[in-house]
Amino acid sequence: MVDYVLLVLAAIFVNNYVLSQFLGICPFLGVSKKVETSAGMGAAVIFVMTLASAVAYFIYELILVKLGIQYLYNIAFILVIAALVQFVEMFLKKSSPSLYQALGVYLPLITTNCAVLGVAVTNMQRGYNFLQSVLNGFGGAVGFALAIVLFAGIRERIEHNNLPKAFEGFPIALIAAGLMSIAFLGFQGLI
Amino acid sequence: MANPMKIIKNGIIDENPTFVQVIGMCPTLAVTSSAINGLGMGVSTAAVLICANIVISLIRNFIPDQVRIPAFVVVIASFVTIVDFVLQAYAPTSLYNALGLYIPLIVVNCIILGRAEAFASKNNAIDSFFDGVGQGIGFTLALCILGLVREFIGAGTAFGIRVLPEAFPQTLVLIMAPGAFFALGVLMAVFNSVKNKKA
Repeated sequence: MVDYVLLVLAAIFVNNYVLSQFLGICPFLGVSKKVETSAGMGAAVIFVMTLASAVAYFIYELILVKLGIQYLYNIAFILVIAALVQFVEMFLKKSSPSLYQALGVYLPLITTNCAVLGVAVTNMQRGYNFLQSVLNGFGGAVGFALAIVLFAGIRERIEHNNLPKAFEGFPIALIAAGLMSIAFLGFQGLI
Repeated sequence: MANPMKIIKNGIIDENPTFVQVIGMCPTLAVTSSAINGLGMGVSTAAVLICANIVISLIRNFIPDQVRIPAFVVVIASFVTIVDFVLQAYAPTSLYNALGLYIPLIVVNCIILGRAEAFASKNNAIDSFFDGVGQGIGFTLALCILGLVREFIGAGTAFGIRVLPEAFPQTLVLIMAPGAFFALGVLMAVFNSVKNKKA
């Protein structure tokens, strides 16, 4: 039991996917101009990543291993994720229009979020069982959501400051992300 | 047919994937703790990019528009799997281990899908090949510069060869995670200021 709690905490803080492993940087920089939109993105990622870890586990164990074609894992996973995102989108549109409205544009973007594929591949390489895979996916996604919301808060403040011309836009955002990353380094000794 | 040199130069400078388009950031930040790693990642990505560009431009007329993205992704994923095997067999073990997880993740590198969508799906195979070469060189160059800066300041070496004396203080933070963000931020600011002066 303690192991599982530690696994989730490690995925959120110590091995934060964005700030220490550099996965999902594109949405992290792209959709972090406002706290509200970044929270929507975070929620969509938590939803899809948890689901994707579970589905990828079954695909790998029940199909790829059974047929002895583990080397095709990359092609299989990316197709599963793309299909899953499409499916989730259609399902939400039908069953929960309000949630669909809230997540809306962020869902299709998740297909190219490398953190989702990264989690599936990491789970496979470390040989996690089903529960560990799902928890790792969930923890990683919560870590992503935490990082992107905090980062959006910082960027909203930066917006109103007077900067040297060359640093406007991406450069200053990257430096802010670097400072956040240093703060997260402090969690290193936690577990 | 456009001028090949112009297409290549376009990829390296005017539309440099890292400094101008700001795409493909994950591998850029993750593997550039040394110049060698940056070079390895850049060349692998360029290889996938060139092959995928050629194949996609050859089959672009047979793919129905609605399913083109999944079709592109399958083509790209196949080449990534091939590159993964080639590296596993021939690259030094230390390099393969350093790139690790980021090799399979070339699939979701937005540069490749982006070029497939923006260039290869609209142009013929020869132009697409040169576009792949240009973008590939631009990406590799950016990774090498970033890797070189981080390695030089962080460990005092360049491509694994000691440049600064052992006793020179090493700024370790630059080869750790936060350093990637700092180094890229500052490099991008330099790139911007050079560009602003020219304009």
